[in-house]
Amino acid sequence: MAETIFFIVFALGALGFSAAVLIAKNPINSAVMLVCSFFCLAGIYVMLSATFMAVIQILVYAGAIMVLFIFVLMLLNIRDDEIEAPRLSIHQGIAILAGTGIFFTIALSIAAWSGSSSRVAHDTMSDTFGTVEPIGDQLITSYVLPFEMAAILLLVGIVGAVVVAKKRF
Amino acid sequence: MADTVQYSLLGWIPLLPLIGAILNALFGRMMPKKVVHTIACGAMLVAFAFSVVSVLKLAGGGVSDHGHTTYAPLVHRYFTWFAAGSLDVQASLWLDPLSAVMILIITGVGSLIHIYSIGYMSEDPSYARYFTYLNFFVFAMLMLVLGDSMLVLFLGWEGVGVASYLLIGFWYEDEAKAAAGKKAFITNRVGDFAVVLGMFLLFQMAGTLAIPEVREWASMLSMEQHHAMGGMLTLITILFFIGCTGKSAQIPLYVWLPDAMAGPTPVSALIHAATMVTAGIYLIARMNFLFALAPTTMMIIAIVGALTAFFAATIGITQFDIKKVLAYSTVSQLGFMFLAVGAGSFFAGVFHLMTHAFFKALLFLGSGSVIHGMHHEQDIRKMGGLKKYMPITRWTFLLGCLAIAGVPFFSGFFSKDEILWYALSNHSALGGLHLGWILWGLTVLTAGMTSFYMFRLYFLTFEGECRADDETKSHIHESPWTMTVPLMVLALLSVAGGFIGIPHILGEPLGLPNLLHDWLHQVIAPGEALFTHKVGEGMAWPAMAVAVAVGLGGIALAYVKYGRGHDPTGDLEKAGKGYLFVHNKYLVDELYEATIGRGIRVAGQVSYQLIDRVLIDLLMVRMWGYTAKLGGEVLRQFQNGNAQRYAIYTLFGIAAVLFYFLT
Amino acid sequence: MFGIPIGWYLTLSAALFVLGAIGLVLRRNAIVMFMCIEIMLNAVNLTFIAFARYHNDLGGHLFVFMVIAVAAAEAGIGLALIVNVYRHRRSLNVDDINLMQG
Repeated sequence: MAETIFFIVFALGALGFSAAVLIAKNPINSAVMLVCSFFCLAGIYVMLSATFMAVIQILVYAGAIMVLFIFVLMLLNIRDDEIEAPRLSIHQGIAILAGTGIFFTIALSIAAWSGSSSRVAHDTMSDTFGTVEPIGDQLITSYVLPFEMAAILLLVGIVGAVVVAKKRF
Repeated sequence: MADTVQYSLLGWIPLLPLIGAILNALFGRMMPKKVVHTIACGAMLVAFAFSVVSVLKLAGGGVSDHGHTTYAPLVHRYFTWFAAGSLDVQASLWLDPLSAVMILIITGVGSLIHIYSIGYMSEDPSYARYFTYLNFFVFAMLMLVLGDSMLVLFLGWEGVGVASYLLIGFWYEDEAKAAAGKKAFITNRVGDFAVVLGMFLLFQMAGTLAIPEVREWASMLSMEQHHAMGGMLTLITILFFIGCTGKSAQIPLYVWLPDAMAGPTPVSALIHAATMVTAGIYLIARMNFLFALAPTTMMIIAIVGALTAFFAATIGITQFDIKKVLAYSTVSQLGFMFLAVGAGSFFAGVFHLMTHAFFKALLFLGSGSVIHGMHHEQDIRKMGGLKKYMPITRWTFLLGCLAIAGVPFFSGFFSKDEILWYALSNHSALGGLHLGWILWGLTVLTAGMTSFYMFRLYFLTFEGECRADDETKSHIHESPWTMTVPLMVLALLSVAGGFIGIPHILGEPLGLPNLLHDWLHQVIAPGEALFTHKVGEGMAWPAMAVAVAVGLGGIALAYVKYGRGHDPTGDLEKAGKGYLFVHNKYLVDELYEATIGRGIRVAGQVSYQLIDRVLIDLLMVRMWGYTAKLGGEVLRQFQNGNAQRYAIYTLFGIAAVLFYFLT
Repeated sequence: MFGIPIGWYLTLSAALFVLGAIGLVLRRNAIVMFMCIEIMLNAVNLTFIAFARYHNDLGGHLFVFMVIAVAAAEAGIGLALIVNVYRHRRSLNVDDINLMQG
C-alpha cells in the first residue's frame, strides 16, 4: 500500500514538475523545476531497486548537467519576455494532437499487453540487484567496450564544447 | 505452279537505273551535261538490252501443252527483306509473261523518252536533277512490275508516286506547279491507303503476301470457302481498286492527272501516259485470280472505267491546252483499260495498255516537240499551220491520232475493238440489266468522241493558218534529231504494234495467231476462266463495224468543224453555259474543294482546337505543369527552415506510424 | 506481497516522453527546448530501468548509464553552441535561427 502511495506521489511529482518546465516563463524556473522532476524520478528508480542509477541521476543530472544549464542561463542573462510571446498556432495544435495521440496509442497498447499488469516481485531478485558492485562488475567485464567508448565520447564532448564556445573561431 | 529459273541478269534491270540515279544525284552537278545524259540514257539502254535478253530467255523456256505454252518464270532474289513470324518477305524479282510485257514497255519507251529529254531539257539548269528523278522513276516502276511480293510491288508503287511528285513539281519555283505536285501526291495517298488496307486483309486471309503463293492459295479455294469469304474478297479487291483509281486516275480520284501536266512534257509522256498511270491495270491483271473471284468488284470496275472514259472524253473536247487535251484523253483511255479488266478480259486491258503506251507517248512527245518549237506555248488557239514548220512532228502526230482514233489496222484499232467486244459479251453474262449493251454503247460513243477531240487537236495545231504572233512565228523550228528519232520509232510502234494481238474474229479467218494473248495466257488464265461469253460470235462483226464507223464519223465531224480553216480564238466567248460547264471540268475540282477540302479544314480546325489545344496542350501537357507548380506551392510551406516545424511534422509522422502499427 | 504493475511505470514513461516532445515543439527558447530533450531522455531511462527490474537484467541499468554519459556530452556541446549562437544573434529564439531556410 505504501509502495503505491510512493509511486503516485513520485509519478505525479515527475509529471507535474515536467509540466512546470514547459509552462514556466523564466528559464531559470524551468531549470529548477527540471531538477525537482529528476529528484522524483530518482525516487521511482529507488522503487525499482535501481539504487545506483538513482544516485547517478541525482549526482550527474541534477548536480552536474543542470548546474551547467543554470550557469549558461546566468551567463547569458536572458529575460524571458524578450524571448517569446505566447502563441498557439495551428502547428502547435497539430503537435499537441499528435503528442496526445502518441500517448494514448502507447498507453492503450501497454494496457493490451499481457505482461503489463504483472507486478514487480522482490523474491526472485538477488539482494545486490542495482547496487554498485554488480554494475561495476558488468561495466568492466562484458560492457567494457561501451564503457571505454563513453569515456572517449565524453572526452570528445569536452574538446568540442571548448572549440565551439571559444570566442574566436 | 510452273518451275522457276534463277536468273541473275534480271537483278540488274532495276539496279541500272538506280545506279544511274545515284550517280547523277551525287555527282551530276559537277559533270557536264553530256556525261549526265550519257549515264542516264546509257543505264536505260543497257536495262532495255538486259530486258530483251531476259524476255528472250523466258520465251525460250516455254513448254507447250494443250495448245498453250507455259513459260517458266525467271526469278532473282536480292535478300530477305524481313521475316517476322509467318510473314517472310523476300526482296526478289519475278519475271513472267505479264511483267515481261511491262518491262519491255518501261525500258523501251523509257529509253526513247530519255533520249528525247536530251533535246527537250537541253536548256534547263537542273539537267542532272531531272535525269536523277527520271532514272529513279524507272527503277521504282521496274520494282513495281517485277516484285514477286505485294510488299515489293508496293515499294515500287510508292516509289513511282514519289518520283511523280518530284517531277510534276520539277519547276518548283512556280507555285502552281508545286501545288500540282502536292495535289497528285495527296490524291494518290488516298488510294495508297486503301492498298495498304487491302494488303493487310489479304495477309490475314491468305497468310502470305508473295504473289505466286497468293495465287496458289486462291486456286485451292473450294466453293464453300469461296462463298464463306466472298464478302472479304470483294472488300480486298475493292480496296485494291481504290488504290488503282488513285494511281491510274479514275473517278473519283482522277483530278490530279490533268494538273500533273505541269511537269516537263517528256515526264507527262513517260509517267502520266505510258507507264505509271497504268500501274493500276497491271495490279489488277497481276491479281486477276483474286479479282475474278469477286464479280461485284469487277462490275464496279467496269462501270467506273466506262464512266471515267466517257466523262474525261467530254472534258477533253472542250480544252484548249494541248497537254490538257492529251491528259483527259489519257484518263479516258485508262477508263477503257479498266472497262476491259472489269469485263474479265485482262488480256485486252494489258493489250490496250501497251498500244496506249506507244501512241500516247508519241502524242505527248509530239506535243512536247510543238511546245519546244513554239517556245513553251501550249494554247492551241495560238497555233495552227504548223505542218509547214515541223513536218516530222506533224506526220508522227497524225499517225498517233489515227492510232488512238481506232482507224482500222492501226494499233489502237485492235486493242480498242477487243475491249468493246469484251464489254459487250462478258458483261451481258454478268448484269441482268443489259449492262453489256449500256457499257458498249457508252464506250462506242466515247470512242467517237476520242477521234473527234484528237482530230480537233490535230487540225487546230497543224492545219489552217498560223495564229501565233509574228515574233513567235519567226522562231518556230523543227526539233533536233534526239527528239524526232524517238517520235519516229514510236510512230512505227503505234502503227504496227497492234499486230501482235489480232482479235480472233479477224485472225482466225486469215490464220494469224493472237500472239499477245497466247503469251499472257499462263498469267491471266485463272481470271479469264471464270468468265464466259454469252452474246454470240455473230454479234462481233456488226459491233466492230459500228465502232469503226463511229470512230471515222468522229474524224469526219472534226474535219467539218475544225479542218477547214476554223479560227477557234473566240470560241469560248461564244460558248453556251453547258459548254462552259464541261470546259470547267464539270466543276469537279470546285466540288471537291467545297466538300472534302472544306470538310478536312473544318475537321482540322476542330481537332486543332479541341484535341490539340484542349486535350493535349491543356489537359495532358500544361495540367502536369500546373499540378507540379501547385504541389510545389503547397509543399514549400512545409520546407520553411523552421526546425521546430520539422519537429512537429516528425512528431506527427511518429504518431501516424505508431497508430498504424500499434492499433 | 505488494508491487506496482510494470504497466504503470511504462505509462508514466510514455507520458513524460510526450510531455517532453510537446515542450520541444512548443517552446522557442533554445535552452528550454534542451531541457525538454532531457525530459525525453529521462522518460526513456525510466523505461530501461523498469524493464531491467521486470526481466531481472542489469543490462538496462548499463544502458541508462550510457544514456547519461551521452546526455552529459550533448549538454556540454549543445550549451556551447547556444552560447555561440547568442553571441552572434543576441537571441535564443529558434525562430530567429533560420539561416538554413530554403
